[in-house]
Amino acid sequence: MAHTHTAFEGKNALKLESGQTLGPITQCYTTFGSLNATKSNAILVCHALTGDADADIWWKTLIGPGKAVDTNRYFIVCANVIGGCKGSTGPSSINPETDQPYGSDFPVITIGDMVNAQYNLMEHLNIPYWLSVIGGSMGGMQALEWAASYPDKVRSCIPLAATAQVSPTAIAFDAIGRSAISSDPNFNKGHFYGKAIPQKGLATARMIAHITYLSEQSIDSKFGRKLQDKSEYGYHFDTDFQIESYLKYQGDKFVDRFDANTYLYLTKAISYFDMPRKYGSLEKAFSATQAKFLVIAITTDWLYTPAQSKEFVKSLIRLDKEVTYAEMDSMNGHDAFLLEQPDLTDLVQLFLEKLNDN
Amino acid sequence: MTTNNLHYFHKMIYNLIPEKSRVLDLGCGDGALLAALSTGKNTKGYGVEIDIANVKVCVANGLSVYQGNLIEALREFGTKRFDVVILSQTLQEVYDPIPVLEEMLRVGKKVIVTFPNFGHWKVRLQLLLSGSSPRTKQLPYEWYNTPNIRVITINDFRSLCKAHHIRVLDQAPLIKPKWLQILIKPFSNLVSKKGLFILQR
Repeated sequence: MAHTHTAFEGKNALKLESGQTLGPITQCYTTFGSLNATKSNAILVCHALTGDADADIWWKTLIGPGKAVDTNRYFIVCANVIGGCKGSTGPSSINPETDQPYGSDFPVITIGDMVNAQYNLMEHLNIPYWLSVIGGSMGGMQALEWAASYPDKVRSCIPLAATAQVSPTAIAFDAIGRSAISSDPNFNKGHFYGKAIPQKGLATARMIAHITYLSEQSIDSKFGRKLQDKSEYGYHFDTDFQIESYLKYQGDKFVDRFDANTYLYLTKAISYFDMPRKYGSLEKAFSATQAKFLVIAITTDWLYTPAQSKEFVKSLIRLDKEVTYAEMDSMNGHDAFLLEQPDLTDLVQLFLEKLNDN
Repeated sequence: MTTNNLHYFHKMIYNLIPEKSRVLDLGCGDGALLAALSTGKNTKGYGVEIDIANVKVCVANGLSVYQGNLIEALREFGTKRFDVVILSQTLQEVYDPIPVLEEMLRVGKKVIVTFPNFGHWKVRLQLLLSGSSPRTKQLPYEWYNTPNIRVITINDFRSLCKAHHIRVLDQAPLIKPKWLQILIKPFSNLVSKKGLFILQR
């Protein structure tokens, strides 16, 4: 599919939840399909921590012609989040005040800020409401935030492998990742652009996070205790086990495509995500929403667990909202939402088709 | 969806539900009853279903459904949250029926329970004549593979309600035609293939 990355240059500075302001900002987005005459077929796809605007590539199991999120049928918008490093304003962008990259001068942002930026994009595209806002993981948090903060702009909300309140365990893993980056000798308080980057710290952060995307079962079955290219222990500290080698590969591959500062800012935004805190309670968060919900959790997801999904489902039920909750029986852990998952794609497809009928 | 597509016993339940009720259907299957109620009687509510294939059909019909087991799902709902809670043809599959019934009576103002009646004369006759566990059109399984792990008769269910102080508002034999229902009501345990109870606490 042809990709047209478009840059939307906002006119005004964005007021952030922290009280600071940012911008005017740029948002890099991609669209698929076309908006119909009644402007009733727009779907916003929100990406996860390391995603970008090319939703049809990283979510090819779900998005494309004839697929569940059918590009022949819907007008699909996906934008790189603010704070990102894939075309939208983030810490690696030039700070107009200094003509240098922001680095750690970039303000701390939240999931709510990302959504507010996307709202400006929606207005810019003349979209009156989203038929659906879909996202997994951090994308699911954005979808939930959309339903809460723009209750009349979201007809349906599909959070996958998500949570409305990031757990201390998840915060802990993100904190270790950030610590790995900030203690890298090349980190230089975030001002490393044009110099050696904190490659090792970023790779380590990715390795740690990657474990949380898998499950005990999938690690056991994929790697077991198998050794990498050897049959005996090496009795040294180089790579022995396949799982070591795999994580190292994941880490090394990641540093070529991701900015260490973006990693800090986006994981911080995730750590701060706590809807009961922001809105007073989950009931208050969702009381006004007109959205219909399809909530899907993964049985072996221990990062954002089924129990955490059920927590906001319970609140939606208390509020008499239309909500379907389903659990995907997969051993692939958190990452399963991005993988081939026929039940998941069927549910999304059927749910969207029914919305479109009405 | 119209009531024409409903099974006879679904239609009987359908007729018992007041307009605009809030309904919880436990073990809702493909959601046929909920869908008919929603279109025909403007009800609102949720289904609970464990089988993902059924969940998909419910979603395709625009219904709200919670995938999970009954007792876990029931605990998600507030007290007297629903006008009617339905457990149709599922009780016989429930390992621990008492807590499920208790939870249903907590979340629902009224509870409708239906189950296959093992007291039916054909079942009795089969056991008497063949000496084998009865197999019927409703219950076509062998003892070792049947999901119907609870053998219930209408009389047994009535005793249970009494022992647990559950008010039986009504009990009807599931039988066609309607005039016959009234006539045979006293003999339900013998002549009705299914039991239907309306309960309250």
